[in-house]
Amino acid sequence: MSQAAIKPPFWLLAELTYRCPLHCVFCYNPVNYTETSNELNTEDWIRVFEQARELGAAQLGFSGGEPLLRDDLDTLVAHARKLGFYTNLITSGVGLNEKRIASLKQAGLDHIQLSFQDSTKEINDFLSSTKTFDLKKKVAGLIKQYDYPMVLNVVLHRQNIDHIDKIIDMGLELGAEYIELANTQYYGWALKNRDHLLPTHDQIIQAEAIVNRYREVIGKQCKLLFVTPDYFEQRPKACMNGWGSVFLDIAPDGAALPCHNARELPGLDIPNVKEFSIHDIWYDSKAFNFFRGFDWMQEPCRSCSEKEKDFGGCRCQAYLLTGDAAAADPVCSKSPKHNVITQAIHQAHAAKPQDGRIEHPIVFRTDKNSRDLTQPID
Amino acid sequence: MNEQSQTPLPERPQLNRRFRLQWEESQQANVLLYPEGMVQLNASAAEILKRCDGEHTIDELISEIEAVFNETNLRDPIEGMLRAAFDKDWIL
Repeated sequence: MSQAAIKPPFWLLAELTYRCPLHCVFCYNPVNYTETSNELNTEDWIRVFEQARELGAAQLGFSGGEPLLRDDLDTLVAHARKLGFYTNLITSGVGLNEKRIASLKQAGLDHIQLSFQDSTKEINDFLSSTKTFDLKKKVAGLIKQYDYPMVLNVVLHRQNIDHIDKIIDMGLELGAEYIELANTQYYGWALKNRDHLLPTHDQIIQAEAIVNRYREVIGKQCKLLFVTPDYFEQRPKACMNGWGSVFLDIAPDGAALPCHNARELPGLDIPNVKEFSIHDIWYDSKAFNFFRGFDWMQEPCRSCSEKEKDFGGCRCQAYLLTGDAAAADPVCSKSPKHNVITQAIHQAHAAKPQDGRIEHPIVFRTDKNSRDLTQPID
Repeated sequence: MNEQSQTPLPERPQLNRRFRLQWEESQQANVLLYPEGMVQLNASAAEILKRCDGEHTIDELISEIEAVFNETNLRDPIEGMLRAAFDKDWIL
């Protein structure tokens, strides 16, 4: 792809830290996150923001891990806001007390996305392996009190998808302007726990019907976003809207990633912001050009009439499930490896974890599990 | 069309606080920014939304826009744009 054809990044995701007070079973952070130390310092982040803004990035997400664990969050928000970014805080809510939220308001933070794991205390606290449900409700109150637009984000899976009506009710009651009902994407910790999390097709059809019923009733009060799990689709998602097209993710250690999970892909030579400018990373790096455009594609993608719509799907999913990062995303029914998806669905439903006779117990995202699961790299 | 389109336009439209209107140098355009998204505006849409400040009436807004673009008879396209903006929640 020629440099002139490359559009500037639009969305900068600053994963400030992998540290997190929660231990969610569906976390997309890398399973080996404990191997990543040396978080970028304040100056590094500010440099990244300046360079990305200069290229044209307009949206900035502060994420993690839990971004509130960074003591310099207010400073970073203030700088980003001054540069003209629309600033989004993506948080579990843990650590967001009144003093902190007032200071973030002062810094110019535009919006807060608060995650819940479920509408019930039991499931919320079980899935995150914490006692955080009541605290999250308190935080939702603070977000409204400080007049922030609030996006409530709930990751859906087999254990909570049947409560979707209660989850929406909770969001409406808390005054959310958007409710994001995002089915789990199977990367990182979620992939480890797939047999416990993958819902049935019937559950999804039912959930979507409930969402549509609510949409008719609630009108403008709140927007409901329902993200279907791609395992049940016939075509893959347009992952990242195309590789190196709009999305730039900076990991806690400064690794610049074309998507959250790109670190898992072989041969990319992931660049680091400590060594390269955002301009060079975006336009010239091997990693960001690896799957740009259409030249890298194999059949059936190469000659597919839909390739400009879905870009062949997700590279990480192709790699994790077929072993070849340039293969068609196996979610696509045209993929010769589509059977890995149908098998995964079959296997998840055969596992019946509710019987307590599961082969692999559920794995919480903890430092110990991360170290135990980390394979030594040759 | 849905029911919302039948609601009369506000007398003095005001940009929804959930949206931020700003000039983007790299796009040479005004944009509306909102949680995790962006809409690029053409020149006339930007001029209209800039005047959605809760003070201009629609009539005042129309005469100012006609002066800016040195044209007359812009009522229909402007009201159409305001209607679309209202339905999308950009203005209240």
